Amino acid sequence: MIAELGHYALMLALGLSLIQSVMPIIGTRNNDVVLMSMAVPTALAQFAFVAMAFLALATCYVTSDFSVLNVYENSNSTMPLLYRFTSVWGNHEGSMMLWVSILTLFGALVAALGTNLPAKLKANALAVQAWIAAAFELFILITSNPFVRIANAPFQGRDLNPVLQDPGLAFHPPMLYLGYVGFSIVFSFAIAALLEGRIDAAWARFTRPWVLGAWMCLTLGIAGGSYWAYYELGWGGFWFWDPVENASLMPWLAGTALLHSAVVMEKRGALKVWTILLAIIAFSLSLIGTFLVRSGVLTSVHAFANDPRRGIFILAILICFIGGALALYAWRAPLLKQGGLFAPISREGALVFNNLFLTSACATVFVGTLYPLALEALTGDKISVGPPFFNLTFGPLFLPLLIAMPFGPLLGWKRGDLLAAAQRLLAATILAALAIAASFALQRNGPVLAPFGVGVAVFIMAGALVDLAERTMFLRIPPAAMLRRAIGLPRSAWGGAFAHFGIGVTLMGIVAVTAWGSERIAALKPGDNIDIAHFRLTFDGTFARPGPNYSDLVGHFTVRRTGGELLGAMEPSRRTFPARNMATTEAALMSRRLNQIYLSLGDPNPDGSVPVRLYFKPQVLMIWLGAVIMFIGGALSLSDRRLRVGAPRPAKVAALRVAAE
Amino acid sequence: MILWCIFAVMTAAAVLAVLWPLGRRRQKVGGGSDVAVYKDQLEEIDRDRATGLIGDVEAEAARLEVSRRLLAAAEKQRPTESIVATQRGLRLRRVAAVAVLLILPFGAPALYLALGSPNIAGEPAFARVKTPQGGESIASLVSQVEAHLAQDPNDATGWELIAPVYLKLGRFDDAVAARKKVLALGGETAKRRADLGEAEVAAANGVVTAEAKATFERARALDPHEAKAGYFLGLAAEQDGNADAAGSIWRTLLAEAPPNAPWAGFVRAALARLGQTTTVPGPSANDVAAAAKMTDDQRNDMIRGMVAGLESRLHDNGADVDGWLRLVRAYAVLGDRDKARNAAAEARRALADHPEEIKRVDDLVKGLGIES
Repeated sequence: MIAELGHYALMLALGLSLIQSVMPIIGTRNNDVVLMSMAVPTALAQFAFVAMAFLALATCYVTSDFSVLNVYENSNSTMPLLYRFTSVWGNHEGSMMLWVSILTLFGALVAALGTNLPAKLKANALAVQAWIAAAFELFILITSNPFVRIANAPFQGRDLNPVLQDPGLAFHPPMLYLGYVGFSIVFSFAIAALLEGRIDAAWARFTRPWVLGAWMCLTLGIAGGSYWAYYELGWGGFWFWDPVENASLMPWLAGTALLHSAVVMEKRGALKVWTILLAIIAFSLSLIGTFLVRSGVLTSVHAFANDPRRGIFILAILICFIGGALALYAWRAPLLKQGGLFAPISREGALVFNNLFLTSACATVFVGTLYPLALEALTGDKISVGPPFFNLTFGPLFLPLLIAMPFGPLLGWKRGDLLAAAQRLLAATILAALAIAASFALQRNGPVLAPFGVGVAVFIMAGALVDLAERTMFLRIPPAAMLRRAIGLPRSAWGGAFAHFGIGVTLMGIVAVTAWGSERIAALKPGDNIDIAHFRLTFDGTFARPGPNYSDLVGHFTVRRTGGELLGAMEPSRRTFPARNMATTEAALMSRRLNQIYLSLGDPNPDGSVPVRLYFKPQVLMIWLGAVIMFIGGALSLSDRRLRVGAPRPAKVAALRVAAE
Repeated sequence: MILWCIFAVMTAAAVLAVLWPLGRRRQKVGGGSDVAVYKDQLEEIDRDRATGLIGDVEAEAARLEVSRRLLAAAEKQRPTESIVATQRGLRLRRVAAVAVLLILPFGAPALYLALGSPNIAGEPAFARVKTPQGGESIASLVSQVEAHLAQDPNDATGWELIAPVYLKLGRFDDAVAARKKVLALGGETAKRRADLGEAEVAAANGVVTAEAKATFERARALDPHEAKAGYFLGLAAEQDGNADAAGSIWRTLLAEAPPNAPWAGFVRAALARLGQTTTVPGPSANDVAAAAKMTDDQRNDMIRGMVAGLESRLHDNGADVDGWLRLVRAYAVLGDRDKARNAAAEARRALADHPEEIKRVDDLVKGLGIES
């Protein structure tokens, strides 16, 4: 019965979203406040029913109700509770449910928290949000219904894909979807503004919290996915330029550009047309990402053609929303007045530079991801575009961006002084030069370019600190006054500095791992030693360890420094899942400060030896630490009081917003 | 009935939520405006100038820009005339109410009648374990035994208990694994060997593989009178195309059989079948004998040829459900899952008028684990 309640709740939500997509617009057209105000309770009710449907599905999963086909196909009653719950979105139908749940959650948040929004903007934005929701709810009900039932329930489910039986599944998809879908709100705001034909600097202020929130979640979601792939796939890579990864990187690049251009629009009223376009593009890329991952087009163009219903439906959604939005844009954008003059060398100019390079980088990823698909669809030729392509195109586009990054925050609005900025960055430049010299001196056999990479990373990190030091007049005034300045500094300034610093940290990690990481592959017998970097691992043997729905073949290794000091044990394993007759590699990781030793097992050889892959990953944790710092930067910026300006500030509402954000 | 009552309550809640604003007499023209944003921006320019982020001249220009926007926004902020009381407003409201009352109480149930399954009760696994009797008790027993074996994997009796159940449930690989456990833990006997072989044959879709044959031979070595092993060795000979050898093995088996052996009828049926091997559609004894001499590639070609023949025959006469089942199984055994799936799809089309037989196809597809 619970499944049926969820099914019906989803249908009611579809009905509500249809109402929500029409009434508020009629209201704004006719200046009818009553119809406009229908958007708010409808959005809240819609979220309530979608949440009910989601919870119903989750209940079926947690209680292993195999009379639900989707549960039978993707779950198993022997799995631990966490995976019985996370397998809700470990499959196509359920993950679309998660998608729509988050979509309506954002709609409800705008309805509940957007008290400072102009009434028309809010009504139109909620209507557009409902178009998207209606399209996806229909998609779920017609092509991907998770509530399909089996008359004679099977006794046992077919288990979740073993690769997904990992805590990473609890974190990565929800975070990623919060990011993807977060851009839908910005999209809705953009379309609402175009419908109304009025876009001004205030628009950027109103949408800024949503852009920031989506960007933060996407950053953390991508980083989480990268770390998951790193330890679960068993060969220690952190980024593969895989189409699924690119699908999440593209909205991130566009979203980062949007974040920056919105600042210009907000402060100076310039770049309006461009910002609106970016808002449309960011969400369009999210939709394309969803299409790529969900239509099956990635596994093979032919697999897509075999069961085209889903793919065609998503494609239709894509064409309607992206095509429609761009058409509306082409029609309305020329009516927008441009405003705000600035010199090329200025904060605005720097942000334009940022936008140019970010969008070009995004375009290269787009081409590299979609070209092979288009080629296969048209000619049947299969090509694969891999890391070499991206390193050659994406790298050179990102490098100038990284070098220019510390300059931006030091330039003044409207007209900046590049020379003065460069002088202020002198300390950062010296630090970077020292870092280059030091890494040349220390490096034994790495690529020649690596020390320069370290230099750029240090330059970025030091640049972010210089920015903060300049603003707090570090060392130029007494410490007490400095502290006062630091506290008085807008939190968005702190946020920006943190985010930039985080980029530097991530870059440092990437450079160090790629240049100085080492790898050993060997077949070991019990008692054998293997050395890597300044560590020595002794293989003590293997033993079996049963789990709830799998069995582990565990290898036990003792780790020592080459000098002999005992550091601990590592236990990588091969995990066999009988329900699907599949095995996964569970790598063992040992962190030494920011470095990691990474060890994974292969299938034992007949002669009793066990193949192992052993990596030393210097500074690898910096890659994800950087993303966390970026997230914190975003959070700081989001907490900035000024973002909430716009309405008289009743204490209650302010408290509520803080809680929700 | 309860289900429909809850649906009614849900629908009523949805309708209420939507119509709530329509029912209110007075509407507050809520919402914020741009003015506050621009006022704040003016303050911000002062702050920026204090920290030196904007030059004095530029700050003046920026202030002018923002002031201009502030004026424009204030202009627009004239209180919007609410048209709630006008005729037109009332008409719009009525249209909206009618639309809501059509979509929610009629649209959603109509959709549900088309897609929902109100008559299927939920069957959470945990609730089912507690059901003492009925058709589901086997499953819950299996899962109980499995849970026990997960705790204590060295319990030979447990494995011996569950192995035949696996075989009946069609979980052949599990049956093989369980039989191997029994052998390893409980010691080797002829009967246990023969049982392992039986499971291996089932796992290979009824083919006595070389591995299974070796298992049966080992069983016969332990006990030359092991009947099950004898039967399967005969079957192996038959599948190799050696009908004479098969016949003589089975006749010996019958001659040695104790009176009233429960399996005697089974072996007699097999003997009777030997006479027909050349007439049933399928490989003739000569074909199979020839196959025994071929290389692997040639043999595969021959098998594929036969499968293709079967397929074209089925295209002419789609009503032969056994033929379809054989085709799907053949492709699955050849490892061609896509073709097996396609064949199943075609079978469903060809048998569209016979839901009973489609069910058999579906069951087979599920049993082979090839559903997409």
